Amino acid sequence: MGSSTTSNESNDIPCSYIPVPDSPDAAGAAVEPRRQVKGLFVIFCGMLVLISLVAFNGYYRASNNGHEQASLAAALTKIIVEESGSETVPASSRWQQAASRGVSAGVSEKTNRLFSSSNSNGEMYPWNNSMLSWQRTAFHFQPEKNWMNDPNGPLYYKGWYHFFYQYNPNGAIWGDIVWGHAISRDLIHWQHLPLAMVADQWYDKNGVWTGSATILPNGEIIMLYTGSTNESVQVQNLAYPADPSDPLLIDWVKYPSNPVLFPPPGIGATDFRDPTTAWLTSQGKWRITIGSKLNKTGIALVYDTVDFKTYEKIEGLLHAVPKTGMWECVDFFPVSKEVKNGLDTSINGAGVKHVMKVSLDDDRHDYYAIGTYDEKNVKFIADDVKNDVGIGLRYDYGVFYASKTFFDDSKARRVLWGWIGESDAEYADVAKGWASLQGIPRTVALDTKTGSNLLQWPVAEVESLRLRSDEFKDLKAKPGSVVPIDVGTATQLDIVAEFEIEKEELEKVTSESNVDKYNCESSGGAAQRGALGPFGLLVLADDGLSEYTPVYFYVVKGSDGNLKTSFCSDQSRSSVANDVVKKTFGSFVPVLEGEKFSVRILVDHSIVESFAQGGRTTVTSRVYPTRAIYGAARLFLFNNATDVSITASLKVWQMNSAFIRPYNPDQSN
Amino acid sequence: MTNLKTITMFFFFLIYVTSLSSIIHCRTLIIPNGESLMESTCRRTPNYNVCIQSLKANPASSNADVNGLAQIMVKVMTSKANDAINMIHQLQRSGSSSQKKALSSCASKYNAILIGDIPQATEALQKGDPKFAEDGSNDAANEATFCENEFNGKSPLTKQNNAMHDVSVVTAAIVRNLL
Repeated sequence: MGSSTTSNESNDIPCSYIPVPDSPDAAGAAVEPRRQVKGLFVIFCGMLVLISLVAFNGYYRASNNGHEQASLAAALTKIIVEESGSETVPASSRWQQAASRGVSAGVSEKTNRLFSSSNSNGEMYPWNNSMLSWQRTAFHFQPEKNWMNDPNGPLYYKGWYHFFYQYNPNGAIWGDIVWGHAISRDLIHWQHLPLAMVADQWYDKNGVWTGSATILPNGEIIMLYTGSTNESVQVQNLAYPADPSDPLLIDWVKYPSNPVLFPPPGIGATDFRDPTTAWLTSQGKWRITIGSKLNKTGIALVYDTVDFKTYEKIEGLLHAVPKTGMWECVDFFPVSKEVKNGLDTSINGAGVKHVMKVSLDDDRHDYYAIGTYDEKNVKFIADDVKNDVGIGLRYDYGVFYASKTFFDDSKARRVLWGWIGESDAEYADVAKGWASLQGIPRTVALDTKTGSNLLQWPVAEVESLRLRSDEFKDLKAKPGSVVPIDVGTATQLDIVAEFEIEKEELEKVTSESNVDKYNCESSGGAAQRGALGPFGLLVLADDGLSEYTPVYFYVVKGSDGNLKTSFCSDQSRSSVANDVVKKTFGSFVPVLEGEKFSVRILVDHSIVESFAQGGRTTVTSRVYPTRAIYGAARLFLFNNATDVSITASLKVWQMNSAFIRPYNPDQSN
Repeated sequence: MTNLKTITMFFFFLIYVTSLSSIIHCRTLIIPNGESLMESTCRRTPNYNVCIQSLKANPASSNADVNGLAQIMVKVMTSKANDAINMIHQLQRSGSSSQKKALSSCASKYNAILIGDIPQATEALQKGDPKFAEDGSNDAANEATFCENEFNGKSPLTKQNNAMHDVSVVTAAIVRNLL
C-alpha cells in the first residue's frame, strides 16, 4: 500500500495504517499548513493504534484459558456478543464463556436441594431397610442392582423388543460403563439377558457409551455407539449381532476396523458422542447426526455413509443454537401431521414435520423443537425460533434425561425411552445397592390440535397390568378441602382423572393482568393458594398428611377471560426426610376450548409419572416417603384454590407387577 | 519535518514492540498483569481462598489444565473425607452415647463420599463425561451438610463437615467449566 501523492488522500487515511509521510519536495510550498495537519493526524492515529494494541494485549492475557486461540477480531466479537447476553459478572471474567441459558445457579438438580428452610427442625430421618426396599418399583424397567443411565439402541426384531442401557456392573454409581440388555414381548414385561457389550477394546476401554440402532430394509441391524478410548477420546464404533438368526440377539460383534469415526478437526476430543439412528437421504445414502459444541453453542454434526464403515462428513451443521452448551443424545425424527401413527425415521415430504431433540449437558434436561428438515441444504429449521431446541419445550419437566426414540414398525408407532435418575443422596443409593430407572415407554406423536407440541402417552401395553379398579364420579371439592379417595393401598396405581371448575364461580373471579406469572418451579407448590388453583391429587400420602406429593393444575384467568394453566408436581412435602430433592416441577399446559382438565398418573413406589391433557405436558418425579409406604400409602383429591370449587371424576386401577426378572429359557414368554 | 519523521518512526517502533509482545506473550512494562489459569478458575468458584489454597498445596497445579485442576480438587476431597472419618472414629471410641446414632449416620455418609462420589468424580474426569463429576461433588457437599444436621446444633464435626462441604462445592464449580 504505497502512499499517494495527491493531497486529497490526507482526509481518507484509515487509522490502522500509518502512511509514510510524503517527501518534502512532492507537494510544493503551498501545502505547508496541510502537511502540519497531516502530521498531527498521523501522530493521532499512531497513538490510537498503540493504545488499542496495549489494551488488546492486556485483555487477551486475562482471557487466555487455554481453550481459545482468539484472534483480535474474534476477541472483539466475543466482547460484543457476551456483553449483550451475559448477566452481571465480574469484569475480568466477562471474557469467559457466557453462562448457558436455563441453568439454575450452575448446579445439577440432584444437588440443588432445598435444605429445607421449611423443614429445618434438624430432624434427620434414618433410612431403614424397609423404607429403602420399598423404593424399588414394580413395573418400571431397572436392573436387579447397581447403576443404570442412558437408554441405548432400542429396537424391535423378530418378535422381541430389545432394550440396551448404560450399566455399571460394579456399583450403584456411574462408572465402568458397559451395555446391559433386556428383551420383552410387550415393552412392559422384561427379561434380563447377559451384557451385550463390554469394554474389551482399546477404542471403548474407558466406556462403552451411548448409541443407536438402525434396521436396514433387508432386516440387518446396525448398531453405532460411542466409545471412550484408552486415551479418553470419544469415537464412534460399529457393532452388529453375531447371529442374526438368534431372535434374542445375545451376542454382538464389534467391527474389526473400529473406530469408524474420530472427532473431526475443530471438535474437542470429549465433545463427540451419541450417534443417532440413520435415515435415508434422497440419494440413497444413510445419514446420521452427532451432537457436539463449539464454545457454548450446541451443534449437530452430520455424516453420510453407504456401508456404516466409511463416512463422509457433510459440510455445515444440521442445526446449532447458541448458549445451549454440549448437545448429548441428539435425536432427529419425522412425525406425521395427518395421522397419529409414528413414522419410519427415513420418511420425509409433505404431511411430515421433523422433531429435533437434544439432551443439554448443562442442565440435564431434554428439549425438543418441531420444524422442517431441509434435505437439500441439510438443515433443520424450527417452526418457532424463539423456542428453538434447548431453549423451548421439554419432553418432561421433571427428572427425565438422555431420552431416545425408535420406530416400532410392528405397531407403526414411535416409542420414547427416558432415563430417570435418583433424587436422593448417594449414601442411600449405596445402602440400597441400586440407582436409576427407565420411564414407562411412551408413544410420541404430533399434537395435531395445537400443531406446536408433541403428545406423549404411556404405551397401551401398560394397561395390561391393570387389576381391579375403583371409579369416582362427580366428587366435589370446595376451596381448601382434601377428600380421601378410598382405593385401598396406593403404591402401584394407574389414575385417570378429569376436573372441572364451577362455571359460575369461575366467571366471578377477577382476572390477572399478567397471566404468565405463575411458574411451578419458583412457586410455593401446592401450598401457594390462588383464586383458581392449585387443585389435583395427592399421591403417596399418609393418613395424617405428614407426607404427600401433590400433582396439580394451577389456573390463572387473563383479562380477556382466557385461562392459562400450569401443571405441576410438588415434592416439597413428599417426605419428612431432609436428604431428598424437594423441588416443584412443571410447566404451562395448553387447555383448549371445551376441554376439561385431565391428567393420567402412574404411581409405582418411588416414581410418579404424570401426563396432562393427553400428554401435552408431562412431569416425572422421584419420591421417597418414609411413612406413606406399603399399606400406609393413600390417595386424596384436593382443592387449595380460594375462590372456586372443583368437580372431579376419576378411575383408579391397582397395578400388577411386571415381574421383571432374568431370562429363563424354560419359561418362554 | 524531521521531527515528524522521528516521531512517526518512534511510534512505529513502539507498535512493533507491542505487537511482538502480544505475539510471543511475554510480559513488558507496558502490559498489565495477566492471571494464571489457577487464579482465573478459582475466581469462578464460590470460595476463592479454599480453591487457591487447595490447589497451591499440590505442585501439579501449576501446569494443569482445568480438567487437571478439577482432578486435584477431587484428591483434596478425598483427604477431607478421610479427616472426617478419622474424627468420627475417634469420637466413636471415646464413647459419647448421646451422639452414637448421629456419628454412625455420619460414618455412612462419609463412606458414600469415599466409595461413591469420589470414584465417580474421578472416573468422570478421566474418561470424559464431566457432568457425573459435578453430580458427585455436589452430593459430597450435601452429605457433609446432612451429617452436620444430624447433631441438632451441637456437632463435634463442624470443622470437618465445613471443610468437606467447601472443598466439594469448589470442585463442582471448577467442573462446571468443563461442561
